Amino acid sequence: MFWRSLLASLGLVLGIACLAPGSAHAVQADEVLTDPALEARARDISAGLRCLVCQNQSIDDSDAPLAKDLRLLVRERLTAGDSNQEVVDFIVARYGEFVLLKPRLSRGTLLLWFATPAVFAAALILIVLAYRRRRAAADGAAPLSAGEKRRLKRLLDEN
Amino acid sequence: MIAETGHYALILALAVAIVQTVLPLAGARLRDPQLAEIAVPAARIQFVLIAIAFAALTVAYVTSDFSVKNVWQNSHSAKPLLYKISGVWGNHEGSMVLWVLILALFGASVATYGANLPRGLKANVLAVQGSIAAAFLLFIIVTSNPFTRLSPAPFDGEGLNPILQDPALAIHPPFLYAGYVGFSMAFSFAVAALIDGRIDAAWARWVRPWTLAAWMCLTLGIALGSWWAYYELGWGGFWFWDPVENASFMPWLAGTALLHSALVMEKRDALKVWTILLAIITFSLSLMGTFLVRSGVLTSVHAFAVDPARGVFILAIMGFFIGGALALFAWRAPLLSQGGLFAPISREGALVLNNLLLTTACASVLVGTLYPLALEAITGEKISVGAPFFNLTFVPLMVPLLIAVPFGPLLAWKRGDVVAAAQRLMAAAAVALASVVLLFAFTWGRGPWLAPFGIGLGLWLILGALSEIAYRVKLREAAFAETWRRLGNLPRAAYGSALAHAGLGLAVIGIVATTAWRSEAIIALKPGESAEIGGYTLAFKGVAARDGPNYREQAAVFAVTRGGRTVTELTPSKRKFTVERTDTTEAGIHASWRGDLYAVLGDPLKDGAYSIRLYFNPLVRLIWIGALVMFLGGAISLSDRRLRVGAPKRGEPRAAPAAAGE
Repeated sequence: MFWRSLLASLGLVLGIACLAPGSAHAVQADEVLTDPALEARARDISAGLRCLVCQNQSIDDSDAPLAKDLRLLVRERLTAGDSNQEVVDFIVARYGEFVLLKPRLSRGTLLLWFATPAVFAAALILIVLAYRRRRAAADGAAPLSAGEKRRLKRLLDEN
Repeated sequence: MIAETGHYALILALAVAIVQTVLPLAGARLRDPQLAEIAVPAARIQFVLIAIAFAALTVAYVTSDFSVKNVWQNSHSAKPLLYKISGVWGNHEGSMVLWVLILALFGASVATYGANLPRGLKANVLAVQGSIAAAFLLFIIVTSNPFTRLSPAPFDGEGLNPILQDPALAIHPPFLYAGYVGFSMAFSFAVAALIDGRIDAAWARWVRPWTLAAWMCLTLGIALGSWWAYYELGWGGFWFWDPVENASFMPWLAGTALLHSALVMEKRDALKVWTILLAIITFSLSLMGTFLVRSGVLTSVHAFAVDPARGVFILAIMGFFIGGALALFAWRAPLLSQGGLFAPISREGALVLNNLLLTTACASVLVGTLYPLALEAITGEKISVGAPFFNLTFVPLMVPLLIAVPFGPLLAWKRGDVVAAAQRLMAAAAVALASVVLLFAFTWGRGPWLAPFGIGLGLWLILGALSEIAYRVKLREAAFAETWRRLGNLPRAAYGSALAHAGLGLAVIGIVATTAWRSEAIIALKPGESAEIGGYTLAFKGVAARDGPNYREQAAVFAVTRGGRTVTELTPSKRKFTVERTDTTEAGIHASWRGDLYAVLGDPLKDGAYSIRLYFNPLVRLIWIGALVMFLGGAISLSDRRLRVGAPKRGEPRAAPAAAGE
């Protein structure tokens, strides 16, 4: 039980650590909002939005001018009083789901999200089946025990 | 003339590669030793020919021969010599020539050092190797000829992308390709074994050194790429999960699994069918990586559709080799005999777990990389799969794997005792857990609260590796002299694997520490003002213009002090490359064991201030030091007599049985 909870928490930490606001950025000083809480939220949102012209870089990390525009847009919406979800929805409405680095669960992405657990489960089942088959085959090939030999003799003698 | 020589050498190499494919296969089939033996000189000649072509291209680059189109497109007379040379593989055509050069080098090495291989196996291996070379040489000659001439020759070249003008990136591709292409050896051996329909523990012993060498190069290649991204891209990150990175990471994951499953096969004659399949998969992923990077399909499915000649060609090569090998596997694998049995709790069992987790992790990276391409091709819907996806699917698989690593080497073959192994790891577990508690106390309120567990995991790996060595030399159980004797007698492979596992631990610590406890400051600074971060004080002296060999730069000057004492001077800069008319950002980095002080010069702001970004990345160096330690572990393992490529030592006429029985 201890190990399992440790496992679960470690899985979380490594995941969360990479998502945490406070990782490195290409944000410029003049973009930073004066309200630290609002700025932290802006960071959080930016880390999950893709720079449209880069390969898998978030707008928070990117030096591209387009990323800068998006960063400013995020901050503009936040200052206007939008919630995090509203900001993301606003940007997705304009640029499509393509901007989300973490694709939403939908019909199109069902396979994406469930592929890894499915592969793991399938591989595990295959291993167990292969192991049991080998085990059974090996048992079948094992030499007869004294009791089995007696029984075999009795059966043969009956004929 | 030199370019034509190179072109001619490539065409000859293609002819030789075809000979190397056809005749030895026929020879092995007809049991004609003379036909089969043709593979050996053919592999050597092929290497010499491709080396001539590569040298010709290099000469064209070094002498700035702009009548060669490839040189004109990717070089400039003002470029420093190092980047003139690295420019050879800094473009599509040249990098493909490097690809086949390394392929031929591996082939020639088998021909030269494989004197102890059974004749039929060697002929088949070299034939398969030759067929891969033939396919890629044809690809180069038909679609990507680097020796095309321009007339009239332009006065000067167009230059190399400045972002590639960097020492780490100059040597990154050769290592990466040595890794990618090196896995072709495992593939060729697997296909040869399937053609033979026979496979045994000796096969694994012949394959392992090549796989290990390839794995080492790939490890270093990936680390160099990540290090370069860290200091060159100016935001202090070290891994993007972008498709090009993933393309190199997938063969690494599969190759790591292969190294471990080949170990089971060598020692216990088990997992044979799986090892063969894994060898095929590993190289298939390398081929796929080449396809992804070289076809342009990653930038956009449409870019691929506009100029499909290269992409379709590589796709055909990929389809032929992967499909062919898998078909051969489906047909012949049932013929292969099954190996030894083992209990679930055993060294073999641990290595099966390793393979389960590594291949699933590899599958998760594969799905994450290809899914957006497939979805766009099928439904037209565009999505992105980035770091958050991999953090949720890949990372959870790594955690149980890393926890299990120290147990593996302490379990006995066939049937292990997990309680006994746990007892031997008690000290390691205690120290790791104690440091988790201490870290909690010290970092309370800073960073994710679970981060100390990540550090504890890294320590667990390092201490677990030490515990294994301590157990094997009977530290504190036997007299000192006995321990000392055992230290000397321990096979190098044992030190190698312990070192590689410890290196992994170092990398884990570096990754967790820097992602969890990085501090940053994004500020507007005027000359004369100063800023503080990570215990350092940076006094901004101003921005000065400087001239480099082929660029002009604006460099900010910071005097760095710590506790009143001068530490260093940092000069982060923005470079303007005059020929290529592109800008790059050069971070100013002060490295220490505590971590890196990382400064980036941003845009000028109002009233003489500049936007400055400062980071302190704790323990970040451990990521690359860890990779280097893994590389060294591989090298030490490779120097083990048992694994040496020429297994029985040359010059020691009757050493063969002894070496084999070890």
